[in-house]
Amino acid sequence: MAEGAGAPIVALSGLRKRFDRGVEALAGIDLAVSSGAFLSVLGPSGCGKSTLLRLIAGLTPPSRGEVRLGDDLWRRIGFVFQEPTLMPWATVWDNVYLPLRLAGHSRAAVAGRIAATLASLGLGEFEQAYPHQLSGGMRMRVSIARALVTEPRLLLLDEPFAALDEFTRFKLNEDLLRLWQQQRWTVIFVTHSVFEAVFLSNRIVLMTPRPGRILADLAIDLPYPRDSALRTAPDYADQCRRLSQRLNEAMA
Amino acid sequence: MTAITPERVLRIAAPLGVGVLFLFGWHELVTRLAIPPYVLPGPLLVAEALWRDGPSLLGSLLITLRVTLAALAAAVIFGGALAVLLSQSRLLEISVFPYAVILQVTPIVAIAPLIIIWCKDDVFLALLICAWIVAFFPIVANTTLGLNSADRNLVDLFRLYGASRWQTLRYLRMPSALPYFLAGLRISGGLALIGAVVAEFVAGTGGANTGLASRIVESGYRLQIDRQFAALILLAATGIAIFAALSWLSRRLIGHWHESALPRQD
Repeated sequence: MAEGAGAPIVALSGLRKRFDRGVEALAGIDLAVSSGAFLSVLGPSGCGKSTLLRLIAGLTPPSRGEVRLGDDLWRRIGFVFQEPTLMPWATVWDNVYLPLRLAGHSRAAVAGRIAATLASLGLGEFEQAYPHQLSGGMRMRVSIARALVTEPRLLLLDEPFAALDEFTRFKLNEDLLRLWQQQRWTVIFVTHSVFEAVFLSNRIVLMTPRPGRILADLAIDLPYPRDSALRTAPDYADQCRRLSQRLNEAMA
Repeated sequence: MTAITPERVLRIAAPLGVGVLFLFGWHELVTRLAIPPYVLPGPLLVAEALWRDGPSLLGSLLITLRVTLAALAAAVIFGGALAVLLSQSRLLEISVFPYAVILQVTPIVAIAPLIIIWCKDDVFLALLICAWIVAFFPIVANTTLGLNSADRNLVDLFRLYGASRWQTLRYLRMPSALPYFLAGLRISGGLALIGAVVAEFVAGTGGANTGLASRIVESGYRLQIDRQFAALILLAATGIAIFAALSWLSRRLIGHWHESALPRQD
């Protein structure tokens, strides 16, 4: 892959995380992510996937090992949580404005940027709505808009679609891919769905739980752009089967 | 616009019916047993007293109300400020909070005489301090809880975007705490009134400009029980009015987003 060249944007070496109560979440993770990758971290609950994202974002310190980020990547990271995590007292517009407000931008200066971001996620008509007036899928769109409005270079997504119904999830998968192809940020996407991981990613890292370890590192060579037609394509089914087998072997 | 539904009619009619029944029973009891008015006046006598002494009692009520509102304002300012301070440092919270609890559990009747002695030149200040002590705690306790209840993931998000301590307070902790603060405020509103009345009781009657509590005590001494009842009714009405006003304020401030005010969708 062309993007594969050059220095990795994220490099983890010997990364360990042990919590205060003695639980070992991650036991030695080595991983290099190249710029522009769509990497999925796939594994069952409790394999330390979320912890891995929090370590990369600098929200929790490693017990041992090192997280190295590319030049001036710090503050250019977008994070999307499992829950939409919106401020219930603020409108959609204000929620998306939040990271820019914290960076000291005035409302007027970023109005155009916010409008464009909202439009790209189909939220144009909802800018004055409050989160409680939106469906789960729409709230997640707001959460993604908030992450993208800062024009991040690295996007960390922690099972963002796990709580959504399948129709909504499929649509959001496709929209996310479309935006990724337009804007080319690097993605690290945590999921426990084999099908979602294969559909989205060009690289998948399999993790096993207790303690979290990387079991396999696989390239997914289905061509982009990918759309809903891919979900019924034989290639896609093959890749999913191959991955499921690996996962079953590992869990046995 | 809200439609007039059977439910809404019932909500007004049912308590009203109970009230009418109660007044009727009270009237019957007093007339049939021929209870003398200096023990228990009938509802008609009380209504008459309310009409006759109303204007003069209202003057006293205004004095009590002034103490109540000043105490509530002081509780909001100092309680809110203390809560913000406590939320900024866990150590500070652990070291100071027990003293706020001590202030809360000490009966105000027991410390009011001391405060009145210390402020002997300024009765208003003495009453204010007493009412403030009672009204202070719910605001501190609730607001502190609210400031510490901000969504963990949002706290992380603020950190990720390099928010300053002030930004996190202003844009995350304070809005998160607002519903808690308002719940505390509604409790404190009633308590401030109780505190003001209790303090007036302890301060005793004296001078021309006395609050409603002094009028109750004075009426008791003179066996004007009907006037005593009239004063009590005014006091209760004031308490209800304060609660209603604060509930209104609460709906105005958080009604558009907080769970407690949103219609259920089922």
